[in-house]
Formats: sequence, C-alpha cells, structure tokens
Amino acid sequence: MSLYPLFAQRTRENKPVALVTVIDGPNIGAMMLIAPGMDAQGTLGDSELDRVVARDTIGEIEAGRTSVRHYGPNGQITPEDLLDTPTVRVFIDAFAPPPVMWIFGAVDFTAALARVAKVLGYYVVVCDAREVFATRRRFPMADEVLVSWPAPLLASRGSDLGPRDAVCILTHDPKFDVPAIQGSLATNVGYIGVMGSRKTHAKRLERLAEVGVHGAKDLDRLLSPIGLDIGARTPEETAISICSEIIARRTGRNAPSLRDSNGPIHR
Amino acid sequence: MRDLLNDIDRWKSEGKRIALARVVDIEGSGPRDPGAAMAVNQDGEVVGSVSGGCVEGAVVAEALGMLNGDNQPRLVTFGYSDDEAFAVGLTCGGIIHLFLQPLTW
Repeated sequence: MSLYPLFAQRTRENKPVALVTVIDGPNIGAMMLIAPGMDAQGTLGDSELDRVVARDTIGEIEAGRTSVRHYGPNGQITPEDLLDTPTVRVFIDAFAPPPVMWIFGAVDFTAALARVAKVLGYYVVVCDAREVFATRRRFPMADEVLVSWPAPLLASRGSDLGPRDAVCILTHDPKFDVPAIQGSLATNVGYIGVMGSRKTHAKRLERLAEVGVHGAKDLDRLLSPIGLDIGARTPEETAISICSEIIARRTGRNAPSLRDSNGPIHR
Repeated sequence: MRDLLNDIDRWKSEGKRIALARVVDIEGSGPRDPGAAMAVNQDGEVVGSVSGGCVEGAVVAEALGMLNGDNQPRLVTFGYSDDEAFAVGLTCGGIIHLFLQPLTW
C-alpha cells in the first residue's frame, strides 16, 4: 500500500484530499486516502467501515475540517449499535484548497480587505467592470484582478464557490450590486456581505425586489450593512470588521453584526 | 503537512526510516490545531512542529523509540492528564493528543 506519493501529489497540486487513519481500536494504523471523484485507496479493515468513513470524509473535505470520528468495527454510527462493540476511532486529516474570497468593486476598501483576507489564508479575487480601477498595480496582494461584470464571472465560476468561501460586494452601485447579489445567491457561497449605509441597503432591497429577489430565505443570506458592529472607520478597520463577521458566521458565535442592529454605523 | 513534503521526499529517496506525528485532538488551549504535523527520521532530523515548542523534544524521543523499537503506531498524550503518563507539560495548560506512526505508507 503506498498512499504517500498520491497524497503528496494531490497536496502539491492544491487538490482536495484526506488521509484517514485508525488511531484507536482494531487495526490501529490502518489508512485510507480519500479524494472527491476518485475511488478510495487503502482500507481500514472492513468494507462497510470503509464505505461509511469514505462518505463522512467527503463531507469533512468539503467543510475543510480535520476531526476524529467514532465508529463500530463495521461502520456502525448510531449510539445503540455502538453499545456492545469496541469503538474504532478514526482521524480524518482533511486537506482542502484555500477558501476563496471574491471582492466586487475596486475601491479603497478593497485593497485593505484583500490584505486582511490574505493574512487569513484566502485566495483573493478582485473584480470590477471598470478597467482603470481593476488593475494589478492597485491590488498587488490579490491573487487575481479581473475586469468583468459580475454576471459573467458568477455564471462561469460561481459553481466553484462553497460554504467556506466569501463574496464581498463593495461597489455601492446598484447596477453592479444587484447582479452581483443575484448571482451570488445562486451559488452555495457561505458568506455574502454587501457594503452600504442602511439607507443604501433599503434602496437596494427595492431594486432587488424589482428583479424578483425578495424571499426571506434569500435576504437572510445577505449581510448588509457588511461587517460586525465594532465601530470600524478606516478601510483597514472595516476589513477587520468584515473578516471578523465571516469568522463569527462560520463558527456560529454570537458576535454583533451591523445587519442585526439599528442606528448609525458610524457614531 | 504540506510543508513537510520536500524533506520527507528527500529522506525517502535516501532510504531513511521516518516517523510521522500528527496532532489529532486538543483539550483546552493548544498551540496548534489538529492536523499539525512533524516528521522525524532515523538520524533524529526533524521537520515541522506540533506545538509551540513545548513538546517537540519529547516527540523526537518517542519517535526514535518507536523507529528503533516495535515500530508500532500509537497515540501519545502530552499535558496534564489523569494518568500523568507523560511528564512533559504545555505552557498553555492544554492537552494534546498525537498519533505517532512509522511513515511506511
């Protein structure tokens, strides 16, 4: 069994992969390599256990999460099935490509947000339709700077976005915001933040309703005004407020989003 | 783990025996998350880390003990646990569980 070469190859190519190892119970040290769209390599010693663990591992890869899970020797997972069996503890070491942040709008806040996102390990894409603003020179820290309207980009690459990824819409311009929001809502992206004052947001809601976006299910996904209510003022502070909100949403912590409060953003 | 690949590849090409230690779980505050890894070769060369430097020395000793002993994979715990099997503590007061195995796969 040689899993290491395949593991090393996929990791170097930034392709998702997980190493699964029995760390306690029968067959300690048994390993499998799991990757989306590929047959599992190796075995934990029982075909049913392999099947159940492979299924769970794909979920962990998608979530970008490394964890220890408990099973029965034949893949049992319900507590009553586990009562009288030895427990197999399985370490799922998941390697996922970096999360992605798309920033729509090449404004002052964009450079600060791209910098903070890079610190947090994001692959950062800056997109603006205006050629003079969307330049490498202005955003050297971004991984990609694209001159494009939101709709074509979301149509061609929106399906790449998942729960760990973020879209931040900083344009303030309805002709850019509205299609960016519409397109983002059609993806599985985990975070959609939209910049603007409460007044801008109220107007934007009207525009969105005009194009058919008004359901609570869609609107609940929008964090607007964007960011946590930490009194941020400068672009850099605002970037911290946005990234903190992304972290708090992911971890499910109860941090105060501007979206859920009233009154002026800047006091 | 990604940071370890170049050194592991080199050691493999030199025919060195290698032990891999990975953080599988932490209790309380731990300096490194699950997945943090270090590798030790038969000559005691080290790449990577599993804590803020508190337990690396002890891990090297464990790893060499395994490579020169029964070569069996095992769970190793550092910090203040009930059994106090290992005296090496973490400055942060947390407990880390490592899985140590020979890299024969």
